[in-house]
Amino acid sequence: MSFITYLINGISLGSVYALIALGYTMVYGIAKMLNFAHGDVIMIGAFTTYSLCSTMGLPPVVGVAASVIVCTVLGILIEKIAYKPLRKASSPLAVLITAIGVSYLLQNLALLMFGANAKSFTSVVSVAPLTLAGGQIKISGETIVTILSCIFIMILLMLFINKTKAGQGMLAVAEDKGAAQLMGINVNATISLTFAIGSALAAIAGVLLCSAYPSLTPYTGSMPGIKAFVAAVFGGIGSIPGAFIGGILLGIIEILGKAYISSQMADAIVFGVLIVVLLVKPTGLLGKNIQEKV
Amino acid sequence: MKKFKLSKTLKSSLLTYGLVIFAYVLMQILISGGHVSSLMQGLLVPLCVYAILAVSLNLTVGILGELSLGHAGFMCVGAFASAFFSKCVQDSIENSFIRFTLAIMIGALAAGAAGIIIGIPVLRLKGDYLAIVTLAFGEIIKNLVNILYVGKDESGFHISFKSSLDLNMSPNGVQIIKGAQGITGTPNDSTFTIGIVLLLITLFIVLNLIHSRDGRAIMAIRDNVIAAESVGINITKYKLMAFSVSAALAGVAGVLYAHNISTLTALPKNFGYNMSILILVFVVLGGIGNIRGSIISAVVLTLLPELLRGLNNYRMLIYAVVLIVMMLFNWAPACIGWREKIFGGLRKKKNTKEAA
Amino acid sequence: MAMLEVKNLGISFGGLRAVDEFNIQIEEGQLYGLIGPNGAGKTTIFNLLTGVYKPTDGSIHLDGNDITRKRTIDINRAGVARTFQNIRLFKELTVAENVKVGLHNHLHYNTFEGIFRLPKYYKIEKQMTKEALELLKVFELDADMDTLAENLPYGKQRKLEIARALATKPKLLLLDEPAAGMNPNETIELMKTIQFVREHFKMTILLIEHDMKLVSGICEELTVLNFGKVLAQGKTTDVLNNPEVIKAYLGE
Repeated sequence: MSFITYLINGISLGSVYALIALGYTMVYGIAKMLNFAHGDVIMIGAFTTYSLCSTMGLPPVVGVAASVIVCTVLGILIEKIAYKPLRKASSPLAVLITAIGVSYLLQNLALLMFGANAKSFTSVVSVAPLTLAGGQIKISGETIVTILSCIFIMILLMLFINKTKAGQGMLAVAEDKGAAQLMGINVNATISLTFAIGSALAAIAGVLLCSAYPSLTPYTGSMPGIKAFVAAVFGGIGSIPGAFIGGILLGIIEILGKAYISSQMADAIVFGVLIVVLLVKPTGLLGKNIQEKV
Repeated sequence: MKKFKLSKTLKSSLLTYGLVIFAYVLMQILISGGHVSSLMQGLLVPLCVYAILAVSLNLTVGILGELSLGHAGFMCVGAFASAFFSKCVQDSIENSFIRFTLAIMIGALAAGAAGIIIGIPVLRLKGDYLAIVTLAFGEIIKNLVNILYVGKDESGFHISFKSSLDLNMSPNGVQIIKGAQGITGTPNDSTFTIGIVLLLITLFIVLNLIHSRDGRAIMAIRDNVIAAESVGINITKYKLMAFSVSAALAGVAGVLYAHNISTLTALPKNFGYNMSILILVFVVLGGIGNIRGSIISAVVLTLLPELLRGLNNYRMLIYAVVLIVMMLFNWAPACIGWREKIFGGLRKKKNTKEAA
Repeated sequence: MAMLEVKNLGISFGGLRAVDEFNIQIEEGQLYGLIGPNGAGKTTIFNLLTGVYKPTDGSIHLDGNDITRKRTIDINRAGVARTFQNIRLFKELTVAENVKVGLHNHLHYNTFEGIFRLPKYYKIEKQMTKEALELLKVFELDADMDTLAENLPYGKQRKLEIARALATKPKLLLLDEPAAGMNPNETIELMKTIQFVREHFKMTILLIEHDMKLVSGICEELTVLNFGKVLAQGKTTDVLNNPEVIKAYLGE
């Protein structure tokens, strides 16, 4: 029975990874860059909700909405100021290093504003826990909300991409920027939109993550951010269903690894998975193969 | 023509060595005159550690052209391997010079071996993937060290990845590595002088490697893999060479670090990816591929916040802003064009002046 | 024995048959042309010959040695060197260093001798500089030896690629559209250089070209490729008068 509890907790953690991984994979698909600062956007989102709900006592809905707005604006600004000027840079390392700089900047801004001590985050979820199998399996309200939100968002996102003009534009830009531009798609606006959506998802992921694991520091986002990137690579970077599957699987692996192998080795197991996947199938589970033209 | 060229690279190398020696002599004069606070003196060995790390990472990032985010992991391997060795032989080898020399070699070999083991699978990957996998390896190394227990009794060494109890040692057994508590009581063999000597050796190896047949092959791979292959360069061999030399030198920095503190533990701040990124900041600010720049930026970025104590809280923030601004300034096509306009204009003016 | 003998070479990418039933025989010292419209598979053949792609069928023999499906570096060591259609120089190395990388497998000293600057380092480096300079003189690049490759004008970059390829001391030189992007004067000059290389180094050359004039001027034999298949093969004058070839080039 404990296995099922672990499995459900794994799916819940995996749902958070999936939400973050979606941001990574969409940005990678469209801007062909690894947005290293994505994990720190999660932290900013969580701090926004923390400030409004835990400190000022506003209702959770306001906190979550504000967090989404702040992160969306932040995501667009980061892209415009730090990444866009480097889009045509001769070295692909340039934008990656800049993204690392942005990650550092966000962490240290938060450090100055909120200090290094862990803040205890008040959960935004008020759903009662669910008890199954005569009390042997207990599922917390946070877990239920996290899993359901993730599924809901995933469906919404798939509908947006497949049914709307803007979503189709994103696919076109991901395929070929030049051709998309010739077809009359505004590439800059599409890239901004991608960053906006990715960051909004990060905000939600941040709030959900901190509701389940209530300790919040300026570094809260960095490890889940990296793991979510692992999830995105695992599922095949650039692929939206891949990010979803990769996220869920990684969450399950992490929780099961913690439970049955070693709690201290959980991170090493997650990274071990990344290495094995990249060596065996460098394109990930659902990724496409791209060969350099000679 | 050729002689001039040779002397140009030689001149540049000599300038780099000279700068390091000058800084050392200056520091010694200041210390003997009593002008250096004890806080400052405590920074001297870490400065050498950072400088060595920056130079060694520049070999991977600037010369090989691959972004590694796990450099602190190699430093960690060097630190623990050498501290373990020093602890074991503390009583049998009393001459600290011999002991430390051996420790350095062991640290370098262990880190270099880790570089080869990790490099073989990792170097097949490209760009972002390589960066993230090196990061992953760095974190795995830190993680493993944190659960490593090693003890020694009359029947030999005992190793466990669970707890000190699982070592199953006899009552007289001594624990050497205690999991998250790390290694305590490593002899403090590191000195500023040894640090400077190690930095000079690092420079000697890196600069001479770059300006040799092997270095050219490595840079050829950086500039164009397909062309390098087409002229018969063994890509795997040279990538691995650069990567493992870089790792071994990071290991040396780890040895220096481990023998400068009394308790060696693997924390996120010393061997985590934040450290790897800090070293990367040094490399980027000093100029990717510019060895001398790496040393200067490592020293300046470490000293500056210490000298301006009031700014200490803003130190990392300033690093971050400087990193972003420098990247935009150096790599954004718009900025490059804008710079060329200004500097190109200057050059033209100078030329016409000469003509006149 | 032919210098290069290719039999029934073929490769498929997914369902697409990029090259099919390709046969060619080049004698030592010959200057051979490979022509065809865009997308006919010319560069793919170069990539097959140099091991960038592994063929699905057929065999490649160089001077009697089987080099089919060998690694690129081994094929280069066996004696095949090439240039690229889209120039691939070592941009941040100097002109002389680019050629020295080409000499890499012919003049040796080990890593230890290099780092510790043992006498062999100086001896070999001196020899390398001498040989590089000799090659650069052939292409009138000796005055630019300390210039970074990326700062060379376009025409000189193309020449440097040929010099770098020759530095590997090949038996067979593959030139992929060496005149691409050059003006008529530069093209004529290049033709002379290619002929000089052929005579001076006694080199066997296979040349991909778009420019019919260049091909008919210097190649004695041609193969015309269309949609991955050989359309015509033989003496230059015969091939160029072949109605099939004219149709492929000029349309119906």
